Amino acid sequence: MLLELFRAVVFSAATLLLFGGAYHGLLWGIGRVAFPAQAEGSLIRRADGTVVGSRLIAQRFTRDVYVHPRPSAVDYDASSSGGSNYATSSPDQRKLVRDRLAEVQARERVAAADVPSELVTASGSGLDPHLSPDAVLLQVPRLARARGVSAERVRAIVQAHVEPPLLGLFGQPRVNVLVLNLALDDAFGSPAPSPRP
Amino acid sequence: MTTADLAAVTLTLGITVLTSVPLGRYMARVFQGQPTWLDPVVLPIERAILRLVRVAADDSQDWRGYARSLLISNAVMWIVAWTIVTCQAWLPLNPDGIANMTPALAFNTASSFVTNTNLQHYSGETGLSTFAQMFMVTFLQFVTAASGMAALAAVIRALGGSRLTRLGHFYVDVTRASVRILLPLSLAVGTIALWQGTPMTLGGAVHATTLEGTPQIIARGMVAAEVAIKQLGTNGGGYFGPNSAHPFENPTPLTNLVQTWAIAVVPMGMVWTLGVMIGRRRLAAVLFSTLLALFVPLAGIAIWSEAQGSSAVAAAGLAQPAGSLEGKEIRVGTAMSALWATTTTATSNGSVNAMHDSLTPLAGLVALTNMWLNTIFGGVGVGFIGLLIYVVVAVFVAGMMIGRTPELLGKKVEPYEMQLASLTLLLHPLLILAGTAIACVVWTSTADPSTALAWLKNPGPHGFSEMLYEFTSAAANNGSGFEGLGDNTAFWNVSTGLVMLIGRYVPILAPLALAASLAAKPAAPDSPGTLGTDTATFGATLWAVVVILGLLMFLPVAVLGPIAEHLMS
Repeated sequence: MLLELFRAVVFSAATLLLFGGAYHGLLWGIGRVAFPAQAEGSLIRRADGTVVGSRLIAQRFTRDVYVHPRPSAVDYDASSSGGSNYATSSPDQRKLVRDRLAEVQARERVAAADVPSELVTASGSGLDPHLSPDAVLLQVPRLARARGVSAERVRAIVQAHVEPPLLGLFGQPRVNVLVLNLALDDAFGSPAPSPRP
Repeated sequence: MTTADLAAVTLTLGITVLTSVPLGRYMARVFQGQPTWLDPVVLPIERAILRLVRVAADDSQDWRGYARSLLISNAVMWIVAWTIVTCQAWLPLNPDGIANMTPALAFNTASSFVTNTNLQHYSGETGLSTFAQMFMVTFLQFVTAASGMAALAAVIRALGGSRLTRLGHFYVDVTRASVRILLPLSLAVGTIALWQGTPMTLGGAVHATTLEGTPQIIARGMVAAEVAIKQLGTNGGGYFGPNSAHPFENPTPLTNLVQTWAIAVVPMGMVWTLGVMIGRRRLAAVLFSTLLALFVPLAGIAIWSEAQGSSAVAAAGLAQPAGSLEGKEIRVGTAMSALWATTTTATSNGSVNAMHDSLTPLAGLVALTNMWLNTIFGGVGVGFIGLLIYVVVAVFVAGMMIGRTPELLGKKVEPYEMQLASLTLLLHPLLILAGTAIACVVWTSTADPSTALAWLKNPGPHGFSEMLYEFTSAAANNGSGFEGLGDNTAFWNVSTGLVMLIGRYVPILAPLALAASLAAKPAAPDSPGTLGTDTATFGATLWAVVVILGLLMFLPVAVLGPIAEHLMS
């Protein structure tokens, strides 16, 4: 029995160091050497080095000059992420969808049937950095108006930022909202402090 | 749903099934102590650990000794886990200043990770320090998965043996499973995750100023290491609250594919491991096909249901060509989320890439069904042990139907074995149904429960499903949740903590005793009168036994919860 206890304690200690320590150290080292940007969270910095955000993490956009991301159940709080956990049958969810739809329709001046459902539903993480091309193109007329440029020029930038599915099969065609908004600022000038990707 | 979606789902499943065959062979070589091509790297580590615990590579224990080693090592690990999470504020590597866990939450968390469940009543980025993520979560994700695999190795040896009492040594098996199987696979998956954008930093959260000038705090950590083993060890516990729905944990369609593969490949491979170790590849093929015949229709229902869209969104007059997107991520899409939801619940993994509480009712029912059966490939090791219990029962039923003495692999199945099989089979519904019943009684006997208890995010049948899902997930050692449930309360922490412990160790120990009892008997050679277990007929019988015995007891709660919700919406 004492031997059993000894074995349990020693095995736990040895594997704690191996899997809690060495295994992490090895992957951490691989990250440092081979993938330093990804390992630090794919951060986007301004010219002065301050962090604008992560290309993988959605942030809040409210101004008309920017593409707006999906609704977030956690208000884009990247230190406390999460979904709404509303059931499809929830009356609260129904009301929320209607409210968001009214907002989108007022902002983009479109019919309900033209609104992609991702614009009225919250993502699983609350930090979904992407939109489908349709959901971005819906916003192009408003972006062009707000920036005082032609819709064609905005649309061209959007098209250039569409990421196709892997091998044409895995995942959905998508546009990274933060990266696109930075590109729009680059092309047409930024309304606020000038960020650099 | 598009044809591309369908092709993606089919390809993902196809790749996983095909690669599980060589992996299964490799795992058989590992558990038989034969040389493998990774030996130059992993053998020194394995030898060092075995030398430290003073076990020789050819030592062997009877089933009681094996079980004792498993239990005592797990008890020590439980104490380590509980200590780390209750002291994490005082330990190093806590860049975000995470506080200590309360004792009740720590009880639940330690029980959850030691039982390979990874039910999380905390949220990763606010509940655990980097130290705890590394030295509690990830450490246990390796060794508890390996414990389950070791238990299966012992059971397989018992099934293949004749007049056998020694079933191998727990510490040899658990070391080999973790060092030779899980470690190299995790390093590969972790590297792909890193490449695709999963962070691996000790820096803690970063403070950003967004393009519109507002502050945003972005939680980071040693994520890639944990993501890899959480999938490969059917653990499921994520670094962040939303698990693999979080863009850091699952940044691209490629990581989504790799993780879906990683969830299922080891449990699938275990079936082939059995075939190799007892020299019955045909039997393995029959069992694998039977499991696939359970998996594919369930995945089909989930994918179809999600493609129909959400009734809440339809009510607002929107078309939903992309399916139901509440709780889902654009880069993943609905079809691959539904496939994941099916895979993660079938295999007792419990990681999610979409919020299960927001699944359409029938997809939620698929997730529940998988955990009620808890044997469609199942958790690494333990899931397949569960299937072997169904095999014993199917042999018994088939034997009764044709009036022959039931035999499994040439061994007579007698009352002792049937008692152990029945105990294992009945325990699962008992834990789930009794637990849910108690929760319902507490809910209905509390005045104004929605403010006094504040458990349920959703009203009506779905609220019932939230409680049902929690006990199901705990008993099945799955760990996913209908996360709308406010589960960080004394009631849920203690009750599901206990359910996880019972739901882990009884279904390991009883089958081990059963297999040991079979192993001690002499194996009769196959004769024309033998009831063949490696035929399509037996596969069909087994399929029916699993569905009828496994699901019938849950029909009433299925009707009260997800089916009622589906019919009402």
